[in-house]
Amino acid sequence: MANLKELAKKGEFLSGGHRGCAGCTFPQIIRQVLAATDTPVVCGAATGCMEVTTTIFPYTAWKVPFIHSAFENAAATMSGVEAAYRSLKKQGKYDKEVRFITFGGDGGTYDIGLQSLSGAMERGHRMLYVCYNNEAYMNTGIQRSSATPIGAHTTTSPTGSASTGKKQYSKDLTAILVAHNVPYVAQASPAYWNDLVTKVQKALATDGPSFINVLMPCRLGWAFDPKQAMQISRDAVSTCYWPLFEVVNGNYRITYTPKEKMPAADFMKKLTKFRHLFQPGNEGIIESMQAEVDRRWERLQKLAALE
Amino acid sequence: MSTKERIALTGNEAASLAMKQINPDVCAAYPITPATEVMQIFAQYVADGLVNTELVTVESEHSAMSATIGAAAAGARSMTATSSQGLALMWEMLYIAAGLRLPIVMPMVNRTLSSPINIHCDHSDSMGARDAGWIHIFCENAQEVYDSAIQAIRIAEHPDVLLPAMVNYDGFIISHAMEPVETLADADVQKFIGPYKPAYQLLDVDNPITVGAIDLTDYYFEHKRSQIEPTFHACKVIEEIGEEFGKQFGRKYGLFEEYKLDDAEIAIVVLGSTAGTAKVVIDELRAKGVKAGMLKIRIFRPFPHKQIADALSGVKAVAVMDRSEGMASMGGPVFAEVRSALYDYDKRPITVDYVYGLGGRDITLDHIRSVYGDLQRFAAEGKPVVDSISDLVTYLGVRE
Repeated sequence: MANLKELAKKGEFLSGGHRGCAGCTFPQIIRQVLAATDTPVVCGAATGCMEVTTTIFPYTAWKVPFIHSAFENAAATMSGVEAAYRSLKKQGKYDKEVRFITFGGDGGTYDIGLQSLSGAMERGHRMLYVCYNNEAYMNTGIQRSSATPIGAHTTTSPTGSASTGKKQYSKDLTAILVAHNVPYVAQASPAYWNDLVTKVQKALATDGPSFINVLMPCRLGWAFDPKQAMQISRDAVSTCYWPLFEVVNGNYRITYTPKEKMPAADFMKKLTKFRHLFQPGNEGIIESMQAEVDRRWERLQKLAALE
Repeated sequence: MSTKERIALTGNEAASLAMKQINPDVCAAYPITPATEVMQIFAQYVADGLVNTELVTVESEHSAMSATIGAAAAGARSMTATSSQGLALMWEMLYIAAGLRLPIVMPMVNRTLSSPINIHCDHSDSMGARDAGWIHIFCENAQEVYDSAIQAIRIAEHPDVLLPAMVNYDGFIISHAMEPVETLADADVQKFIGPYKPAYQLLDVDNPITVGAIDLTDYYFEHKRSQIEPTFHACKVIEEIGEEFGKQFGRKYGLFEEYKLDDAEIAIVVLGSTAGTAKVVIDELRAKGVKAGMLKIRIFRPFPHKQIADALSGVKAVAVMDRSEGMASMGGPVFAEVRSALYDYDKRPITVDYVYGLGGRDITLDHIRSVYGDLQRFAAEGKPVVDSISDLVTYLGVRE
């Protein structure tokens, strides 16, 4: 159980002054992740908003070692860093205890980087991979990804007289990672900081690979009032649109159950990307979304009851 | 291996043995014909506890280069090996390895690129990566593969260079052919390469660095400009290290090899295993009193343009042998660069191009004899009539 005061005292690992948008939630995610450990870390990231806005030469917001090489290979790049660590350590050329954390957006994780992520997880590198999932390619200007939900307007799944936005449901990447038999897999939200920090601590304590999928409301791509970012994060959880759970050695556990499950529409109506769905004639998409949210939530409850 | 030995090795065995003696901290590997054996043999060294290396068996060549980059940035001496489509898949990361100034060394077994798919030798794979910022060393035989892999570590890690280097050798012709190779003692290799001392490393957690930051219009050009000088400077370092290697082990290396070029009137410029075939023809011609010679390029990047032009400027007619095609460029890539290097010389040879051996097509003694025959005619008659680039380029050994 994390204590907010103690976490705050750990200092800033990601400094202010970076060029992230007002209301962007990746800084909170990174800060919560980095505050979760006292062991030194080396971080890596896929190309994306977070990487470009935090490392504009000659500045860097990173106060821990950080590497970015390309878009689709953050997990492969960190595999090399972690292998170097193991090699130098076993040869007696290095004696520190270090943890490795890789960040990637949904583009770099669900899509173009899925292969390198799969490879790194299968090989068992001791690395925590954090996907900050904002449900589209935001860095290049809000294009759809396989994480984009049904009905969402993006610049490559735009609404129009013959379109209601993205046609497909989002890919269940968390389940794909569970299928890799990764010892620690979780979903988290920056609005539930205690839950997120605890999960990072568990992940970093795992002697092997770990994966946390964090839903990251994007002020620009989802289009909401910047001050609403945390409320929207909470709504995603309260509607069970983004359930919080962990899978430890294959065993599911729901880490937060909303007292009252809100309708998905309550979350969706605050976001401009879904605005068109609230026009007459498009109710069916909202109903589809609700049915899919219910199906996934019920399945999750069954999996959690299996133990 | 404790002493010098003369043993029979294939090119791939020579490369893996050099890697074993280099004993890198990290290797990332993905199989591809004809380079697969390099990592297969090396994996056995790892399994037998003969090296300290962490072997990362990645799921693609893109990840192989990415992991090698990560390991090198972390502060580890890092290697991989590849060929053809594997190199093509690495393309993006080749530029990044060079831009990040990481001294990665990679045996690169030359094989053509699809399509059509073909596993045999030509140079179109590494030639396509010639502007990626890597040092390109070409080898004539297994001995040169072995010696160059060892020297490449010193070259790449030299503080005035700090660039990745690929050691290119011909697929199957060198990679799978067995030849006598004089090997060195493990301790001598270790003494020659010395320990790896990176100036910056990610694992230095007390002094955090950011690797791979974004440059906007205000810095990118300066950073690229600052990458060019050390690349050119590598020529001097390569010569010094080749000289030192020669003093210690009896085999001296330079930027290129001149074979009977001093008084030559006609000459060919060649890379890789074809040099060996050409030497036989040159000896034949010399016995008949024909002043034939050869310039075998060993270092294609950095391109030693002045040194090559100086060496060729006294020759009457030169044939550049390209084992890859420029696809409607100025002939093959070696021709375009050699011919351009000669442009400012008042006394410059007639220079023509022969594209040969694509997809592993044999290059025979007769082919090379025919090239020298053409050169004798050009030297006697003067310049060939040039209406278009096609007059300068001959496709050797193809059914037209």
